[in-house]
Amino acid sequence: MSQIHHHIPEPMLMAYAAGTLEHSFALLVAAHVSMCDDCRSALGAHEAVGGALLEQHPEQAVSARMKDALFAQLDDAPKQEPEVTYGRSGVFPGPVMQALKGQPPRWKSVGGGVRQTLLHADAAGSVRLLYIAPGRAVPDHGHNGIELTLVLQGAFRDETGRFGVGDLEVADDTVEHTPVAELGAPCICLAATDAPLRFNSLIPRLLQPLLRI
Amino acid sequence: MPKPPEPSFSDLTVLMLAVRDKRDRAAFGQLFDYFAPRLKGVAMRSGLGSGAAEDVAQEVLLTVWRKAEQFDPHRAQVSAWIFQIARNRRIDLVRKENRPVPEEIKIADEVEDDAGQIVAMEQEAGQLKQALDRLKPAQRDLIQKAYLGDLTHKEISDQTGLALGTVKSRIRLGLERLRHDLKGLR
Repeated sequence: MSQIHHHIPEPMLMAYAAGTLEHSFALLVAAHVSMCDDCRSALGAHEAVGGALLEQHPEQAVSARMKDALFAQLDDAPKQEPEVTYGRSGVFPGPVMQALKGQPPRWKSVGGGVRQTLLHADAAGSVRLLYIAPGRAVPDHGHNGIELTLVLQGAFRDETGRFGVGDLEVADDTVEHTPVAELGAPCICLAATDAPLRFNSLIPRLLQPLLRI
Repeated sequence: MPKPPEPSFSDLTVLMLAVRDKRDRAAFGQLFDYFAPRLKGVAMRSGLGSGAAEDVAQEVLLTVWRKAEQFDPHRAQVSAWIFQIARNRRIDLVRKENRPVPEEIKIADEVEDDAGQIVAMEQEAGQLKQALDRLKPAQRDLIQKAYLGDLTHKEISDQTGLALGTVKSRIRLGLERLRHDLKGLR
């Protein structure tokens, strides 16, 4: 995986380790870490810091009841069925398959050779899969916040550089960019924003509430 | 071939391996005695009362017992592993759906623990703790808030009255300091 050139920025990895990163961004980070040994090792280092801080944390005496109550539960079956975990399938790493609940993506055309599958959307942002036909562009857009894009297949270029499999692009609201898929295999990306996208042309804008992008 | 000398793992690792491999309740009791008051302390940072913080600590330790077979001392210290469980638990409680986690690395039918690797990891963790102790109090305080207080940089800024840029740079400098101290260990 040494061909990955664009990694998770340190503060974002730290926020993921600390559990303060938005859900949609956390999915991107988990997917990138699944593909990138460097970031997996860096994440392990952050978690080691968390563990060391836990060990050094001042103690709060616990009530005598607590230990008995816990030990009384050790033989109980878990209340919830254990969550099914999905591994990588094709170009989709485990966390993406988890978000897809093990099903293949159901692509919806958004025009111009671009298709998408929404994985998650809430007030804090959204995350979706994008399928960009070779040589085609994602409609020109800016964002109100930060947009993360992780390449799962193929490659794209935009005003800031080239992004291949495993590369993560971080674009903030100062970037008006037009990612164009390279010729060859279609480009499949995982993209997350912490705010709805603003499209600069009318038709995508009309579609925006409909498609929830 | 002579057997290599028995490696000396830390107490916490020995206890956790006994829980994982033998479902040893006495060992789990000792882990409880060590971690429950710390987990409670961490839970109270975010404003939980004593009772609610004990519930959280209890949930986390029950997960430690139930998921013990996932503990891999080659990849994480006991405390780092429990830190992850506590963090995931907290997020799963707030959200309806589970937190996205990376794929597990497949360990190719690992039959025996690689003691050398585990010991090396423990030494590194020991150095990390010393490095944390050497940080300036202001830096250490912010790093502790960022990792344990469940606060974003923005929230730390609001809570401490420090400018957001100051918070970010102190945390960054603190991490650089840690990294510098840990260099040469590998």
